[in-house]
Amino acid sequence: MTMQLDSKIPAGPLADKWTKYKSTIPLVAPNNKPRIEVLVIGTGLAGAAAAATMAEAGYKVKAFCFQDSPRRAHSIAAQGGINAAKNYQNDGDSVYRLFYDTIKGGDYRSREANVHRLAEVSTSIIDQCVAQGVPFARDYGGLLTNRSFGGVQVRRTFYARGQTGQQLLLGAYSALSRQVGKGAVEMFNRHEMLDVVKIDGVARGIIARNLITGELERHFGHAVVLATGGYGNVFYLSTNAMGSNVTAAWKAHKKGAFFGNPCYTQIHPTCIPVSGDHQSKLTLMSESLRNDGRVWVPKKIEDRLKDPLTLSEDERDYYLERRYPAFGNLVPRDVASRAAKVACDEGRSVNKTGLAVYLDFKDAIARDGKDAIEARYGNLFEMYQRITDENPYERPMRIFPAVHYTMGGLWVDYDLGTSVPGLYAAGEANFSDHGANRLGASALMQGLADGYFVLPYTIGKYLSTQIRQPAISTDHPAFAKAEKEVEDRLNRLANSSGTKTVDEFHKRLGKIMWDNCGMSRNAEGLTQAIADIQDLQKEFWANVRVPGGTKEFNPELEKAGRVADFLELGELMCRDALNRNESCGGHFREEYRTPEGEALRNDEDYTYVAAWEYAGENQEPILNKEPLEFENVELKTRSYK
Amino acid sequence: MKLNLKIWRQKGPKSEGKIVDYTVDHVDEDMSFLEMLDVLNQDLIVKGEDPVAFDHDCREGICGMCSMVINGRPHGPWERTTTCQLHMRAFKDGETVFIEPFRANAFPVLKDLAVDRSSFDRIIQAGGYISVNTGNAVDANSIPIDKETADTAFDAATCIGCGACVAACKNASAMLFTSAKVAHLNMLPQGEPERAKRTVQMVAQMDKEGFGACTNTGACEAECPKGISITNIARMNREYFKATITGSK
Ligand SMILES: Cc1cc2nc3c(=O)[nH]c(=O)nc-3n(C[C@H](O)[C@H](O)[C@H](O)COP(=O)(O)OP(=O)(O)OC[C@H]3O[C@@H](n4cnc5c(N)ncnc54)[C@H](O)[C@@H]3O)c2cc1C
Ligand code: FES
Repeated sequence: MTMQLDSKIPAGPLADKWTKYKSTIPLVAPNNKPRIEVLVIGTGLAGAAAAATMAEAGYKVKAFCFQDSPRRAHSIAAQGGINAAKNYQNDGDSVYRLFYDTIKGGDYRSREANVHRLAEVSTSIIDQCVAQGVPFARDYGGLLTNRSFGGVQVRRTFYARGQTGQQLLLGAYSALSRQVGKGAVEMFNRHEMLDVVKIDGVARGIIARNLITGELERHFGHAVVLATGGYGNVFYLSTNAMGSNVTAAWKAHKKGAFFGNPCYTQIHPTCIPVSGDHQSKLTLMSESLRNDGRVWVPKKIEDRLKDPLTLSEDERDYYLERRYPAFGNLVPRDVASRAAKVACDEGRSVNKTGLAVYLDFKDAIARDGKDAIEARYGNLFEMYQRITDENPYERPMRIFPAVHYTMGGLWVDYDLGTSVPGLYAAGEANFSDHGANRLGASALMQGLADGYFVLPYTIGKYLSTQIRQPAISTDHPAFAKAEKEVEDRLNRLANSSGTKTVDEFHKRLGKIMWDNCGMSRNAEGLTQAIADIQDLQKEFWANVRVPGGTKEFNPELEKAGRVADFLELGELMCRDALNRNESCGGHFREEYRTPEGEALRNDEDYTYVAAWEYAGENQEPILNKEPLEFENVELKTRSYK
Repeated sequence: MKLNLKIWRQKGPKSEGKIVDYTVDHVDEDMSFLEMLDVLNQDLIVKGEDPVAFDHDCREGICGMCSMVINGRPHGPWERTTTCQLHMRAFKDGETVFIEPFRANAFPVLKDLAVDRSSFDRIIQAGGYISVNTGNAVDANSIPIDKETADTAFDAATCIGCGACVAACKNASAMLFTSAKVAHLNMLPQGEPERAKRTVQMVAQMDKEGFGACTNTGACEAECPKGISITNIARMNREYFKATITGSK
């Protein structure tokens, strides 16, 4: 049985919805706020911004992260930039254009009202960050400067050298630290949330494990916010940080929160190729590089391993410029990644593994000079050289697509509320505003939009109904029960007497996912993958070896719990990909493509969000559909030609 | 290649630690240093031994989580490189490598190579911010900042908070870390109003945490993976002096 999902989109014209919503929702009076407790799980851009802003507003906030400091959240690694419709470059940008580009870039699989709100608040983000001291790039007149990013034709991306995420996160971290210093936020570093506690159908708290001592803790909140990031590490190899995981979102899912579009994965076109079996993660080379770098492979297969410097212009195939003349090297990520795969599948890859294409700066250096290129990308070039031992100023970089971002996540309504009352999701953890494909520099925008400008308002609507709700004692049986379940599971992992390491299972899962649910997918492969993952789940619980005990600092135990959740998520992702009989954005089903090999959507049957409901252990999940209605944008075939 | 490792093992904050010998075979020169430790740990787990605990997350040299002293140097032999970005081509077949935690009174060992650096968070909480509530900001271009000032502030802002400066310093001083944040914020017009108070409070917290004094050896700058300059320390000293003689707090 499926249910009708209420996305709670406010009525009225698109451009007025948010303003009207903000001025008419019920508020919590200042004197009531200090009695209301909010738990924020995750202190990356979304969580740190939300925790700081809610504390400023007067709520009592507890915040959690698994790293040793909020400053180390995965957001820190974002390189290229953050979008905002400031139109400082006077090149025709506007809120509407950012909205439109995002809808189109997402291949018409996101919600109009949410995306418009995102575009509206984008400008305030830049103001807020500059006020906090975020050192965005400036020109000689002292004003902010912008770069362009894939998939759009205006310059709206603000950046801080190649480390925009670092500077934005340090800004949010400073705002959070200020509230911690004031006692308005209680910060729990090295804590991992392992379950949501529900009382009478409503989220009322969490169970968290202190990662230093291993002790389990109970925390009450009138509302719980998950800002726990994306789940790209289900593929084992990705550009995500080692600890990035799905655990918090997955536990919420099992407690009733629907999971939206789990199969929408972004494969980023420019990453450093895999060098061997030992590889633990992949390193991104920012998309901004495509502003100046030209992507190519040799025309002839027999030239593929020749020294690139000896190949003349005639012998090179700048395939993006050839196939997509209007956007050239700046096509969106999904398009660029698939084109790289096609070139490599044709046998023209430029390294021994068969998985690499060139990104060449020769012409840009000749045009602008080495110094200019160094000023733009110096730290990226340095990182490339450190990893590969090759100098990109002298030879083209070798790059290949890698898993980077997950558009899927917990289903949320306009309020960012999940399908469990009192449980909210923000940042990459929610199924978000990016549809089937995220445009570059839009994740930072969404994380900070959710954290600073959306959630602190929308959650107020719910909290205004909670002012008479006294804090619930964590002695409540629901807390005891949840804690017991968490403890049993940890014991099961720690007491398992198998022979195989957690990493071994994780690698095997990653391979199944990459081969069958990665850059291209088909029904046969997905069906097989589901069966293989189910076998792997059984084998994991029967044969994993986890050293050490539960009541101690035990990184392997943490990993084991996360991989166990990835094993379940992977199955759901394959089911979702199998259900979606179309190609859209990052989801490319081989059966559904145009004669030229481009993605072929099926708007008639699949213009909906797939919101999966957990149905119990070994039960098939239930598919709920949220139809997407487009009142302002006409659905078109995406073309970058 | 094959390496002999001498690794600091310590069960918990209160236990005694000691150096334990290990060997790893099949080390590929394209591996990162942490991937080499992954290989060791996989072996240890299969053998039923306790794997070596160490902190890490991004493995891209930006989160500041990885933290170990390799052959006596925080983050090892490569200049301006974190442990996670150090690659095994830096070592020779048969070499002996010492691996120890960052050591300082203000960084107690949690287990093996993992230490507690929450003292750094508390220094930031004492004043490493600009007091602006969400929604209070003016338009981002309303205050131009000349490019040179912006770039210098940026250089200071690139600190990743790893603590190598403390580990490198014979006094375990946190002056480079603290001064980088003070310099970043104090240089910007937005940071101006809280300049004196910020400096005084952050320095006071630094002292309270038990970090040592700065005797200008420059070891911090030499080992900093981000090349944060000790001119920031001089700048902070000037700011501190000014703030305390004018009595503004
Ligand atoms: C290499 C790289 C470069 C990128 N570059 C860009 C870019 O240039 N522009 C752009 O827009 N986007 C970029 N992105 C994407 C963007 O960085 C992320 O989508 C975004 O930062 C996610 O922010 P977040 O706050 O949602 O989550 P995160 O920053 O991932 O934070 C998650 C938080 O949740 C905590 N957490 C997770 N699970 C638990 C748990 N169970 N218990 C307690 N705490 C938990 C973590 O400790 C952390 O604090 C990039 C991503 C990568 C990988
Ligand atoms: S693991 Fe992030 S800096 Fe080394």
